[in-house]
Amino acid sequence: MSDSIKVRAKMTGGVTEVKALINHAMETGQRKDAKTGQIVPAHFIQEITCTHNGENVLTSQWGVAISKNPYLSFKFSGAKAGDTLKVSWVDNKGETDSVDSTIS
Amino acid sequence: MNTTRRKFLKTSAVTGAVVAGIGAGILAPRNVMAAWPAAAFDTTDVNAALAATLGSSDMTDSADIEVKAPDIAENGAVVPITITSKIPGTESITILLPGNNNPLAASFTFSSRTEGLVSTRVKMGKTSNVIAVVKAKGKLYTAKKEVKVTIGGCGG
Repeated sequence: MSDSIKVRAKMTGGVTEVKALINHAMETGQRKDAKTGQIVPAHFIQEITCTHNGENVLTSQWGVAISKNPYLSFKFSGAKAGDTLKVSWVDNKGETDSVDSTIS
Repeated sequence: MNTTRRKFLKTSAVTGAVVAGIGAGILAPRNVMAAWPAAAFDTTDVNAALAATLGSSDMTDSADIEVKAPDIAENGAVVPITITSKIPGTESITILLPGNNNPLAASFTFSSRTEGLVSTRVKMGKTSNVIAVVKAKGKLYTAKKEVKVTIGGCGG
């Protein structure tokens, strides 16, 4: 599960724009399997944390309404090119993943 | 080498370990997701969801919040949404979709360095408003936009 996050962080004029794509099923627990008719158990990301140089810039709590393979974008200031931005998530099954990316 | 088989073996080994961890009580699920407000996400009422996440459902309409979403979403499973808040001191943005079974979609908490902007994609079961609630200096502000959904995103 180590390659689930793709992050692009780009700095222009002192503001860093972060775009993240995560590979995750984001099952709602309301959908039925077409073949078996059984309800597919819920499996979704609950928390996303983005840290720049060890300081939180964004914490987010998600419900099942976030689309499959979630996309997230936000902006923050105070970073330099070459700094590290860490994005990590935890889902309702306790699975987790994180990635370090370099701000360009 | 059969990569699918490799992947399967790897995944099942990891899942096995997690299950064993829960069984042994080392990895109590409650501890793992302590911060996630289950009550707020499970409720079917907009005001209850707000009260559980932000502590209040008392809010003012604001023209400084922009909810960018398509007028018509052809596919309710993927509706791109951008919320921009120009209110100074924006601490958090919460997205609510009253048309879904559980209206609370997501809540984003910012640091002082983060701009009042967040963009993501959500599922919408039927035509409804997209409500953005911004918390700034302890007060709640709101703005909304209606999105018409032609194919729902919750039935699969």
